[in-house]
Amino acid sequence: MPHNLNLSIMIEIKDLHKSYQMGSNSLHVLKGINFNVNEGELVSIMGSSGSGKSTLLNILGMLDEADSGSYFLDNIPIKNLNEKIAARYRNKFLGFIFQSFNLINYKNALDNVAMPLYYQGIKRKERTDKALHYLEKVGLADWATHLPNELSGGQKQRVAIARALASEPKVLLADEPTGALDTKTSYEVMDLIQGINDEGKTILIVTHEEDIAHMTKRIVNLKDGLIIDDGIVEQVRANSYV
Amino acid sequence: MFNIERWQEIFETIRKNKLRTFLTGLSVASGIFILVILLGVGQGMQNGIAEEFEGDASNSIWVWTRPTSVEYKGMNPGRFFSMTNEDFDFIHKTNEDVIEYESSRVRIWNATISYKKESGSYRIEGVFPGFQFIENQSMVSGRFINQNDIDEKGKIVTLGRKVKEALFKNGEDPIGKYVKLNDIPFKVVGVYTDKGGEREEEQVSIPSTTAQQVFNRGQNINNLSYTLKPEKDFETAVAKSEEFVASITRYLKNKHVIAPTDDRAIGIGNSLEQAKRFYSLIFMIKAFFWWVGVCTIIAGVVGVSNIMLIIVKERTKEIGIRKAIGALPSSIIGMILHEAIFVTAIAGFTGLIFGLILLEIVGPMVKTDFISNPSVNFNIAITTVFILIIAGALAGFFPAWRAAKIKPIVALRDE
Ligand SMILES: Nc1ncnc2c1ncn2[C@@H]1O[C@H](COP(=O)(O)OP(=O)(O)OP(=O)(O)O)[C@@H](O)[C@H]1O
Ligand SMILES: [Mg+2]
Repeated sequence: MPHNLNLSIMIEIKDLHKSYQMGSNSLHVLKGINFNVNEGELVSIMGSSGSGKSTLLNILGMLDEADSGSYFLDNIPIKNLNEKIAARYRNKFLGFIFQSFNLINYKNALDNVAMPLYYQGIKRKERTDKALHYLEKVGLADWATHLPNELSGGQKQRVAIARALASEPKVLLADEPTGALDTKTSYEVMDLIQGINDEGKTILIVTHEEDIAHMTKRIVNLKDGLIIDDGIVEQVRANSYV
Repeated sequence: MFNIERWQEIFETIRKNKLRTFLTGLSVASGIFILVILLGVGQGMQNGIAEEFEGDASNSIWVWTRPTSVEYKGMNPGRFFSMTNEDFDFIHKTNEDVIEYESSRVRIWNATISYKKESGSYRIEGVFPGFQFIENQSMVSGRFINQNDIDEKGKIVTLGRKVKEALFKNGEDPIGKYVKLNDIPFKVVGVYTDKGGEREEEQVSIPSTTAQQVFNRGQNINNLSYTLKPEKDFETAVAKSEEFVASITRYLKNKHVIAPTDDRAIGIGNSLEQAKRFYSLIFMIKAFFWWVGVCTIIAGVVGVSNIMLIIVKERTKEIGIRKAIGALPSSIIGMILHEAIFVTAIAGFTGLIFGLILLEIVGPMVKTDFISNPSVNFNIAITTVFILIIAGALAGFFPAWRAAKIKPIVALRDE
């Protein structure tokens, strides 16, 4: 396993299992996942459709719970959390980026980005300043007052990235962030994600596109609920395509 | 509740979701509006019916005298006695607060009444102005006896409809004409009808004071008639009536030296049975409108609950997003309830105010036989608004609570 011993372990999962119950049938989706992610890594998770990529990411993001196995996030055990603590951890530790953006459609870009800060109890003024800062970072300061439906797909995803960054989480989790975007826009988004990773943020990306996966630093391959391959790759810079 | 950040968030949500807010508000406001109007009409109907049957409502009491039946203070039984003007005045003074209308009666049986060639034998009643209301007589033409006639002992007469028909043939107008009562001319000032029956219309009324003077009755009167003011329910009416009867009996027995044990000397009748019908009619109307009101509130509660269910359903995805970025379940519930209560309250009071304004403007104009001055009890209306607000909050709470509990991943999948 490729480990940089100078860096602390950010994500540590051991023997993770997850089944979905559908009536009397039970679908075993994750069949014992083991892997670690160090601080500052940019990892892509690949695998065919239905291999359990999203399921894994949702468990890492505390949007869903594993049936068994252990999960440590920055050395904090994530197990049997009550709703309150889960909400706090989600807010403080994790930034989620979805394929379908999941912006709140009646709030403008700025308010969407500011929302995690609202749940941190930050005052309005500071919230707005911070949100604007992150919108600037994703290059959308001029679009602050636009509603999501006035933005392009790439712009929406950049707003979502700004929102994920706003709470200054330990880890960014992205489930097919470029899945709904054309190639050019995908590369722009990846360029942004690479930049954020360059600043030291730990990022996990689920994708099934080879070119996107090669823009990360490590590729984990899932098949039928197990990791079949996990290796460091030479990172391709997204801006080299543009 | 007083978290300013929360308020800002709510206002923003409301501002950005105008249609949803408007529809919620509209249904709450119109619900309250309809309820207010309904309660108003109910009250109006109660007023109308009360006016229509008011005659029955006031308990009428009449007092007459009979020979004594018990020996007392050296006086033999079988003694005749008569009530006087003094008795009438005393009872008036001591029972002013319960008496609605009053009249003493001086009766002349079988008087000959004539006009030109026509004549007949009728009863003359010497009465007070209140007699018209006690007997529920209504004027066909002219007027009834007034206080001025009493004071001046005027020789004026009001004719029962039957008397008028017998004496004034060919539709001649009797008003201003003179008829002779036992050869004494009286000027006709009015003609009345009495729903009580033809017997009541085969008599004429003259001022009580005139009757005493003209027919040599001195200060004596035959009969006392009263109606008591309507009370809020039948029980109170009965109690007041008994109290009144006891008080005049006590007074009359004492005044005319009659044994306290003499049950025959003073005859007293009343119309409580009739009054009872009135009170139960009013009770029925009240009960009916309460029922309708309660049903309307229930319908309103169901409506508000449905709206809340739909709103929460519609916001499931948003709730998932909010949870994914770290919203506490309590803040989700708080947000939905806060908004629901705020919108229901504003809308509820708007509906209330519009309802009250409409009643205030239109109410006094409505005047039919059965609806009069519809109005609404403000406290009841306010209470209703609060019931709806609380119902809205409760109705919103359960779906909000459920939505806040579902896993974010499930909520996010909602389309
Ligand atoms: N809530 C659920 N209930 C039942 N089965 C589910 C549920 N979510 C996922 N599954 C099933 O679990 C398996 C793994 O799903 P998952 O979404 O993790 O796949 P994936 O690797 O992300 O696929 P894709 O590339 O298509 O997004 C699939 O067979 C899917 O049908
Ligand atoms: Mg998936």
